[in-house]
Amino acid sequence: MQSEKQSNSPIKKILQSVLDASLIPFLAILTAVVVGGIIIRFVGGDPIRAYIGLIQGSLGSKKALSETAVWATPYIFAGLAVALAFKGGLFNIGAEGQLAVGAVFSALIGYALPEWLGYDLPTFIHLPLAIIVGMLMGGVWAGIVGWLKAYTGGHEVINTIMMNYIALNTTSFLLNGIMKDRSPTNVIARTPLIAESARIEPIFEGLRVHWGFVLALLVAFLIWWLLNKTTLGFEIRTVGLNPDAAQYAGINVKRTIILTMFLSGMLAGLAGAIEVTGLNYRHELGFSIGYGYDAIAIALLGKSHPLGIVLSAFLFAAMRNGATRMQFLTQMPVDLISMIQALILLFFAADAIVRYIYRIKSKGERVVLTRGWGG
Amino acid sequence: MDWKRFGFIALIIIILFSVVVMVGQVKQPPLLIITSMLATTIAVATPLVLGALSGVFCERAGVVNIGIEGMMLTAAFFGWLGAIYMFHIFGLGNGISIALGVLFAILTGGLMALLLAVLSITFKVDQIIGGTVINILAVGLTGFLNRQLFFGKGSVFGGSVPSSPGVLPTIHIPITELFAPICGTSATCLQNVEAINRVFDQKPIAMGAILLVFISHYILFNTRWGLRTRAVGEHPKAADTVGINVSKMRYANVIIGGMFAGLAGAYFTIESVPSFEPLLTNGRGFISLAAMIFGNWTPIGAWAAALVFGASQALLINMQIFRDVIPPAWSFLQESYIVGLTPYILTMFILTGIIGKTTPPAADGVPYEK
Repeated sequence: MQSEKQSNSPIKKILQSVLDASLIPFLAILTAVVVGGIIIRFVGGDPIRAYIGLIQGSLGSKKALSETAVWATPYIFAGLAVALAFKGGLFNIGAEGQLAVGAVFSALIGYALPEWLGYDLPTFIHLPLAIIVGMLMGGVWAGIVGWLKAYTGGHEVINTIMMNYIALNTTSFLLNGIMKDRSPTNVIARTPLIAESARIEPIFEGLRVHWGFVLALLVAFLIWWLLNKTTLGFEIRTVGLNPDAAQYAGINVKRTIILTMFLSGMLAGLAGAIEVTGLNYRHELGFSIGYGYDAIAIALLGKSHPLGIVLSAFLFAAMRNGATRMQFLTQMPVDLISMIQALILLFFAADAIVRYIYRIKSKGERVVLTRGWGG
Repeated sequence: MDWKRFGFIALIIIILFSVVVMVGQVKQPPLLIITSMLATTIAVATPLVLGALSGVFCERAGVVNIGIEGMMLTAAFFGWLGAIYMFHIFGLGNGISIALGVLFAILTGGLMALLLAVLSITFKVDQIIGGTVINILAVGLTGFLNRQLFFGKGSVFGGSVPSSPGVLPTIHIPITELFAPICGTSATCLQNVEAINRVFDQKPIAMGAILLVFISHYILFNTRWGLRTRAVGEHPKAADTVGINVSKMRYANVIIGGMFAGLAGAYFTIESVPSFEPLLTNGRGFISLAAMIFGNWTPIGAWAAALVFGASQALLINMQIFRDVIPPAWSFLQESYIVGLTPYILTMFILTGIIGKTTPPAADGVPYEK
């Protein structure tokens, strides 16, 4: 990194900043891939074939690409959820629970509303309704934690985790009980299929990728706009950086904390709602296991920036999607992917390690992501 | 630890116990119910106590540890795996394999904690992220090895999970033998003594955990080491000025904390059941964090809080035993779903400052820079 001369051309400047921003993530991924390869070798596998399988399975064909986009959709929403909370100085580990709650309510509106009303609804009412209800319920689920944080100081890390368990237990209770698919052949804890009028169309005939993916990209842009171009976004970021200063500046810190959690939960709920209305057409117990934790890794990897999140969501989606092909080629278990993802996060979060390995000097800027118990 | 808080804890535990006694008294005498529930409470609280102690040591030294869950999970896996390897591959005896398994678990916890220490102390990574890395890594590592080592190509176990050498034995405390003569010929008296004896007949890790609570308390508040630990957690600069090596103290305490979490892991796969399944810790690392906070970062307080969770778990188990005699007015107790939510709701309830604010060590979560 000797070429750190100031250039006057704005394009060069932008390129330089993009290069700077992507250098550490790139090296972190590279290091993780190398370490992952060593692990594969160590347990008797062929790392080259494994990685080839991973790439083939995620990018190798039209179908593979479509599936990667399908995986990326909830990752983008959930990653944005965690990132938005980070921006507000809050650590939302509860994306998993909020996502499940969103999915359950979205499915409920999807299959039960026509029955309750007694007539079919047009798509332009039913579908948005299903999505919005799921989204709002996710928001409420997280909003409770935000309220507790603002008014009693109960730490959101513990409370979102507790809400996760409450959400998962409740979901399991509902899907095994009153919401269970009553068709005679069904033995799984799942809801009935949602009505045709509550489904999102696929973009291409014969491929599973649906318009929810486009929505995810739009929402990513929207969040960028919200955070950087609106007063609310400014307030969220200020509270995140320094709540005391925000208080002095006249920002209602309590309200902002609750609102941040609510918005974060809404995004996670949206992830669940879109999975139900766009992909599975029902909610099935256990489909969302692990999304919440992946979302944290994605948000960290994307440095809480919407564009970064879209990219890292793609990376994670490609790895998840390619894992099956990798397993087929090398008999390496799919769990290997979780480990490589943890390594990526490790080398990325600890950028000091990467800087140390590759002898890159720090520029002195530090992104504050979370605060300890005190905050 | 103030009396108000202890009183609150005692109140919750008494309520939980009374519910069970009221429901179950038609089937069993109250003393029998109370003693068996106490025994369950103590056993179930074991990993929570140890997890909370892990948190206390790390955080008293100024390092936030939300990786307890991951440390427990990894330790549970490697302890169990170590016992299996010792037993099947190295052909050691049952007892020695199990003992070595516990040792492996403790070492694994220490190693995971070393990772947290390197990240948060040397590289000054955000400590909550460091903990998250450990949690995610633990899930990936244990899931991967659990499949690869037993079902992978060239596995020494040839595609099946071998039986583990077993679990730690219950240690019998001879209370019955001591007090039986007093009872004379009274059968009910003897029965009661036996029931009380059952509370004390615990397995080694459960017993050890209680001992460790008091040892930790002594170390933290009555020794030079404890004073130094608290100093680097409260005001590292001041500690540094008087010649205490802040990094060294933090490293040592985080690793000790990790070993506690490792012992908690051993509870799952070596003391409770002789098997491992992915994600078996099921959030107990996080609940022990809550216990630590509720106990205001003191070992005894954390222990008391952990007992609350143990009691709510015991409530769940007992409601299943007394399922058929639950009065109709209380039929919601039949729903194991609702009873199963108690620990989580209690945690939130307790944490939301109902009994006043807790104060973490002043420098908790802040990397020290000279």
